[in-house]
Amino acid sequence: MTTLFTTDHEWLLIEGDVATVGITDYAQSQLGDVVFVELPKVGRSLKKAEAAAVVESVKAASDVYAPISGEVLEVNEEVVAEPALVNSDAAGKAWFFKMKIADKSELGGLMDEAAYKAHTA
Amino acid sequence: MLATDNTPLKRTPLHALHLSLGAKMVPFAGYDMPVQYPAGVLKEHLHTRQKAGLFDVSHMGQLALRAKSGKVEDAARALERLVPQDIVALAAGRQRYAQLTNEQGCVLDDLMVANFGDHLFVVVNAACKEADEAHLRAHLSSSCQIDSLSDRALLALQGPKAETVLAKFSAEAPAMRFMDAGPRRVADLACFVSRSGYTGEDGFEISVPADRAEQLATALLSDPDVLPIGLGARDSLRLEAGLCLYGHDIDTTTTPVEAALEWSMQKSRRSGGDRAGGYLGAEKILNQLAGGASRRRVGLKPEGRAPVREGAPLFADQVSTEQVGTVTSGGFGPSFNAPVAMGYVPTRLATNGTQLFAEVRGQRLPLRVAATPFVPNTYKR
Repeated sequence: MTTLFTTDHEWLLIEGDVATVGITDYAQSQLGDVVFVELPKVGRSLKKAEAAAVVESVKAASDVYAPISGEVLEVNEEVVAEPALVNSDAAGKAWFFKMKIADKSELGGLMDEAAYKAHTA
Repeated sequence: MLATDNTPLKRTPLHALHLSLGAKMVPFAGYDMPVQYPAGVLKEHLHTRQKAGLFDVSHMGQLALRAKSGKVEDAARALERLVPQDIVALAAGRQRYAQLTNEQGCVLDDLMVANFGDHLFVVVNAACKEADEAHLRAHLSSSCQIDSLSDRALLALQGPKAETVLAKFSAEAPAMRFMDAGPRRVADLACFVSRSGYTGEDGFEISVPADRAEQLATALLSDPDVLPIGLGARDSLRLEAGLCLYGHDIDTTTTPVEAALEWSMQKSRRSGGDRAGGYLGAEKILNQLAGGASRRRVGLKPEGRAPVREGAPLFADQVSTEQVGTVTSGGFGPSFNAPVAMGYVPTRLATNGTQLFAEVRGQRLPLRVAATPFVPNTYKR
């Protein structure tokens, strides 16, 4: 079980060939109070870097991009019902979706926690 | 790169205070302004509606308009050449919402005009203030002296607790009613106070000498009921209140009639009135007042939870390729606890309850034309 990060401030929890995706605590602090989350449909095949989800604060809408390619296996309906979870627990309860990792080599381009910390420092 | 990119941002007299309060600063109308404080937009918005919020609006333009004759009626008569409002009948100590129009009958800016007894006190939008001042000088300088009061800051104290908070600093202010305006002493400083604002809440705007602004702001913030509020919540508050934001909901392509601002145009300046017309673009505006305009600004209530934001095209149904209108302001209304928006639609589709669709990220989201304000205002009339 490893956690990886993108330069777009998403985290991926890797468990076997499944990645759970969310946005980082740094991202939520930059967005401010989240009032709306839109998630991809289960079964959708995402290509790396395509818009997969939307997170909106009072002030603005932001796209969440697919960090890697793969099929959406499950989405977190809890965060859709209670968008404020993104602010209170971005790295935990506010996960966005789980996807099947289509190509493990894509993980090579992601950061580990130390590199991500340096990226946001 | 544009030369203006290198222009350093201007600072209000409260800039250092914003930084010390932990504000997130953004460029706005050429100023480095607080968009939010550590509480965040949502809490700042709700706090203003529940208690009181303090806003720095010092970036706005404050002007004094004095007739060379010394008579305020002459300044009022002069200003009436540039606005469709009745300024002559505006009583001493009273304030009124107005618009500067151009020859096409469109809106150069919206503004507040107060009669201070011997002159007019005018507050205009930050982004327009240089242009407004030039416009006033170009048209009125033969009869009026126009002074930019750039040595004054402007604070807004808004919310249900604003009166009790301000009462601790001013014996005079609590007796004011909605849209009263004039010189008042606050914290023993020579201020100009109006009982108005742009949140839909009861409240005050306080013009204070720039070098005493931080002292006054700090004193007001020392009250536990008062939180500093940034531009983010200022925008969501005015949107819930159904109030126009210049440059978004009104601009030089919209007339006051299209913008549904007829309520701000008094009978005396309409056809058949004592001083009908006589301002820039009057012909178009009077025609629209008589016969209606082809489009109209309306409130829009999205039916789902997704905010519908500025620029979203509007359609009459789910499949039509013909765009019928555009959203000019939209977002989430924290007190309304749902998305809110406003925009322009053809007058035939402007009736409350009319179903429309906004295109957001390739999807047609249903919304309905809705009465504004979305949250009832609480003015002390």
